[in-house]
Amino acid sequence: MAAVQDSAVAVGAGARGRPAGQGRFAAIWTRHGAGYMFLLPWLVGFFGLTLGPAVASLYLSFTSFDLIRSPEWVGTANYVRIATADPKFAASLKVTFLYVVLSVPFKLAFALLVAILLDRGVKGLTVYRAIFYLPSLLGGSVAIAVLWRQLFAGDGLINSLLAQFGIEGPSWISHPDYSIWTLVVLSVWQFGSPMIIFLAGLRQIPTDMYEAASLDGASKFRQFYKITLPLLTPVIFFNAVVQTIEAFKAFTPAFIISGGTGGPINSTLFYTLYLYQEAFGNFRMGYASALAWILVLIIGLFTAFSFLTSRYWVHYDD
Amino acid sequence: MTDATMSSITAPPPPTANRRSPLGSVLIHAGLIAASFAMLYPLLWMVSASVRPEDEIFSSTTLWPSSVDFASYVRGWFGLDVSFGRFTWNSVVIAVLTVMGNVIACSLAAYAFARLRFAGRNFWFAMMLGTMMIPYHVTLIPQYVLFLDLGWVNTILPLVVPKFLASDAFFIFLMVQFFRGIPRELDEAAMMDGCGPWRIYWKIMLPLSLPVLATAAIFSFIWTWDDFFGPLIYLNDMNTYTIQLGLRTFVDSSSTSDWGGLFAMSTLSLVPVFFFFLFFQRLLIEGIATTGMKR
Repeated sequence: MAAVQDSAVAVGAGARGRPAGQGRFAAIWTRHGAGYMFLLPWLVGFFGLTLGPAVASLYLSFTSFDLIRSPEWVGTANYVRIATADPKFAASLKVTFLYVVLSVPFKLAFALLVAILLDRGVKGLTVYRAIFYLPSLLGGSVAIAVLWRQLFAGDGLINSLLAQFGIEGPSWISHPDYSIWTLVVLSVWQFGSPMIIFLAGLRQIPTDMYEAASLDGASKFRQFYKITLPLLTPVIFFNAVVQTIEAFKAFTPAFIISGGTGGPINSTLFYTLYLYQEAFGNFRMGYASALAWILVLIIGLFTAFSFLTSRYWVHYDD
Repeated sequence: MTDATMSSITAPPPPTANRRSPLGSVLIHAGLIAASFAMLYPLLWMVSASVRPEDEIFSSTTLWPSSVDFASYVRGWFGLDVSFGRFTWNSVVIAVLTVMGNVIACSLAAYAFARLRFAGRNFWFAMMLGTMMIPYHVTLIPQYVLFLDLGWVNTILPLVVPKFLASDAFFIFLMVQFFRGIPRELDEAAMMDGCGPWRIYWKIMLPLSLPVLATAAIFSFIWTWDDFFGPLIYLNDMNTYTIQLGLRTFVDSSSTSDWGGLFAMSTLSLVPVFFFFLFFQRLLIEGIATTGMKR
């Protein structure tokens, strides 16, 4: 930071060297103007696309607005209805929580397991790493969701494979008890990016700690439990927070696999999908704005909670 | 003889923590190969399904098609009222403009934050970080209303213009981190020679920042190519559809029949991402490892 200040002073120094006749405004401009010139596109975007819309969205959440007539102030009616009289809100919240709770731990566990297997001295590391990362990169696309829908269809590939072992699989997609698992499996399949972050984290752990521990006769399992895991907690924490926020925001797979309905019986009605339906299906823009703010609140509370509890289990060096 | 084997002769063998027994090593490789196969199987199956004769698609769980037939690609390409050529072109235009917008606008802002001094810099920097925390759902509806009022719905403008306003703050952050690592003596020397901030940005910072600019460009391209939500909201006329919307339409309209065509088009839609991955794998993985990029 000190270095940043230094050269900035040097930039500013040019201003003092100007002829005095240019006046105060010119001096201020020379000193600060360049920074704002470079920042101009971002500033326009910040006010026009972020701050302005965020304020507008808060306002809209207290209105009834269908895009055609101008917004009509309804006070807290939207929030009251969400809290008391909207079974789809409750259903979508439940599905989303279920998805987060099922997909994130499995995904992180796989990512960590594979990262540990790859960590030390495995030949062909780069090839394996590439193969495991590829699905994460492709995963957001419609093609993968389409593929998944076919894999888990009643007469799809998964059931054909199961049939070879004499198991008769259910129709995963159209059964409300199983449909969420299809999406969980898709999410876990994309464990590549947390895996890469785990690999980077594992590389930071000094090898002499393991050497000392194994000289003391500590078993592999004990070494993992006493050295790897504690030293990795900051990375685990980071991955958990990022993946959870991403899971809250998941949309495309549920939309494609359920054909945009969130069915069967709302079993894949992700929160974002419900928000989309309200805003762009039913044109209840005010109500959808309220839903959006509740999502922000939930993600904010979750993040705050994670950071508060992290001090009890995340170990930093100092 | 490699250095490793040399040192293992001269130095005492390292403790077991660092070494795996031959059996353990075989087991690990067997496990990793099995896992790799399971990871790739769905993708390979889709590619193989796209070149199979239609009647063979679902009857087979093997990956090797009995005969290779590209008829599905032809049927898929022309399967909707608008051809996939149109969708692909739309996707390419949007993705290329997005990459340009992100690289230009984000590097300008990042240069200001990393290297220039002006009143309120720290405040704006904090605001920029703050925008990274806000889920897009909050700004979604007012943005939609704004673009609707401007008459931009059913054009690519709502998808592209925000990028020229540095709306992907994440890339600004990435570039700030990189710019801070460039030796300050370089700008100071340039300033002594009478260069202004603009020339320093253009002649010194950008050429030295090619790795981070490339990372940002590649991720921009892939994310935009894969984006479904933005086009879903803003593009309602089939002539403006991107390849992702085209695929989705294909699923809806062909719920009975043409799986071969659907898999063929799905495979095609993944090709650009796959090639980017193949060529820039190292860059992408370093980008993830050092910055924790999502996905």
